[in-house]
Amino acid sequence: MLKDITIGQHFPGKSPVHNLDARLKIVITVLFVIVRFMSTNFPGLILSGVFVLAMYKLSGIPLKMLKKSIKPLMPLIVFTVILNLFFIKGETPLIKLGFVEIYPEAVMFIIVMISRILLLICGTSLLTYTTSTIALTDGLEALMKPLNKINFPVHEMAMMMTIALRFIPTLIEETEKIMNAQKSRGALLDSGSFSDKIKALVPILVPLFISAFRRAEELATAMECRCYHGGEGRTRLRQLKITNDDIRYTAVCMVTFAVILSMKLFFTRVI
Amino acid sequence: MSIMLNAENVWFRYSQEGDWALKDISLQVEKGEFVAVLGSNGCGKSTLAKLFNAILLPEKGDIIVEGINTKEEEKLLDIRQKVGMVFQNPDNQIVATVVEEDVAFALENMGVPPREIRTRIDEAMQSAGIYKHREKGPHQLSGGQKQRVAIAGIIAMRPDCIVLDEPTAMLDPYGREAVINTVKKLNKEYGITVVLITHYMTEAAQADRIVVMTKGKIEKMGTPKEIFSQVEYMQSLALDVPQTSALAYEINKHGFNLSTEAISIDECAAQLYKFLEE
Ligand SMILES: Nc1ncnc2c1ncn2[C@@H]1O[C@H](COP(=O)(O)OP(=O)(O)O)[C@@H](O)[C@H]1O
Ligand SMILES: [Mg+2]
Repeated sequence: MLKDITIGQHFPGKSPVHNLDARLKIVITVLFVIVRFMSTNFPGLILSGVFVLAMYKLSGIPLKMLKKSIKPLMPLIVFTVILNLFFIKGETPLIKLGFVEIYPEAVMFIIVMISRILLLICGTSLLTYTTSTIALTDGLEALMKPLNKINFPVHEMAMMMTIALRFIPTLIEETEKIMNAQKSRGALLDSGSFSDKIKALVPILVPLFISAFRRAEELATAMECRCYHGGEGRTRLRQLKITNDDIRYTAVCMVTFAVILSMKLFFTRVI
Repeated sequence: MSIMLNAENVWFRYSQEGDWALKDISLQVEKGEFVAVLGSNGCGKSTLAKLFNAILLPEKGDIIVEGINTKEEEKLLDIRQKVGMVFQNPDNQIVATVVEEDVAFALENMGVPPREIRTRIDEAMQSAGIYKHREKGPHQLSGGQKQRVAIAGIIAMRPDCIVLDEPTAMLDPYGREAVINTVKKLNKEYGITVVLITHYMTEAAQADRIVVMTKGKIEKMGTPKEIFSQVEYMQSLALDVPQTSALAYEINKHGFNLSTEAISIDECAAQLYKFLEE
């Protein structure tokens, strides 16, 4: 069950999307998110959809991965749908069932809303699917470097992120082990009332935290043993390098984003 | 021969007023030597290991690493580079999400240029036998493989000495054998000094010298033959001896006179064969 979490998962490959410099990839993803929020018309949505699908095709990431990354968010989506379906009012109802009225505006809103959420998830997941965590944190560190001037601990942040990502699978595995251990002692984790379930979490979280702290201490010692002394004077195995291909792909993305934004001028907004 | 590690009358405790974790430890480890440290739980083996590369500093006495006192703060990184350390739990010493990135971690910290990092980690991964896994994530490896990743991360620093604190305690027999063979290879082929803390007598039997600790003190030192032939003494410390020595000891109880110094299986078999012929 916990193994289904795909956060930070990486699918190595050699596609242009994989090879794109991590810094550019992060910038493109952030711009995509911004564009997605600013563009509120159907053609813009469709174009964004085509853009994301094309990127998936190019990267060779199987589309069924999309389903996996969307699944954990399903409850949220369903909740939004239900809420909006009944509470957005318009002029003439589309369907009338007793006191429940559903308006065409609500349906439109929901369609736009869902496609927006989906596009955002798919777009940002593509970043982690095609970028190794090392490249990702290196890219972030490089992009945030200017913040060093205002004494923001950029290197430390990046190191913390690397370690967090490194230990996600380890801690998930451990949680599963502890859950099984508690279950085998008769703990009922899957049944009972809501408050029972919360109470059942305590004997899982306590050992998990204790072990996480022990791990942290041992890891810190192991890092010290390998001469870790902060970001000062540190070199990297991989140097970030922007190639001509990188520039070309980035240009294509930028043009697409510009087109999506310019749709605003020609089409009316849906919401 | 010159001295790699030198502990001179070292006293250490974790808190002021606390009990001494190490009491008056004196130990010299020569360059190229393979020393095994034995002792029951809580006798201070891990503490001693951490003193050797200045993770901990002695309260009284000195630790000298190739002529450098571990109390010299400005030499800290030199000491850490000279004396590499491998711990028990392989999961808690791997920092990066890709094997080769992890092996490169120490070199990155030392500010080695990227090109040189590449050649040095490739070498290190080959000598630890994990080169073919270099692009995998740590969670895709077995315990023994992870432990060899940790070893590769240390030998990439080109240390003169490696201290291993129960590196095989969490491994299955195959992982254990692979790790010990790697350690032996580093010692024999590259001349790296090895201090191996272990609970497995078969591992200790392969060392040049064994150090036995109890309650923060060094009880005995000697070759594996000298140490393991004292079966009763070892048992009184709640320590095992190799099954070969134990066998000879049990037979001797019935009025025979076999040597408990035959610790390798071949030696033991040869001795039994001779004994049966007579
Ligand atoms: N971080 C610590 N803080 C306080 N006491 C410790 C710490 N680590 C170990 N000790 C104590 O020091 C003694 C020696 O421990 P250790 O060196 O870990 O033994 P060993 O590795 O031989 O099992 C034990 O009594 C232990 O309780
Ligand atoms: Mg220990």
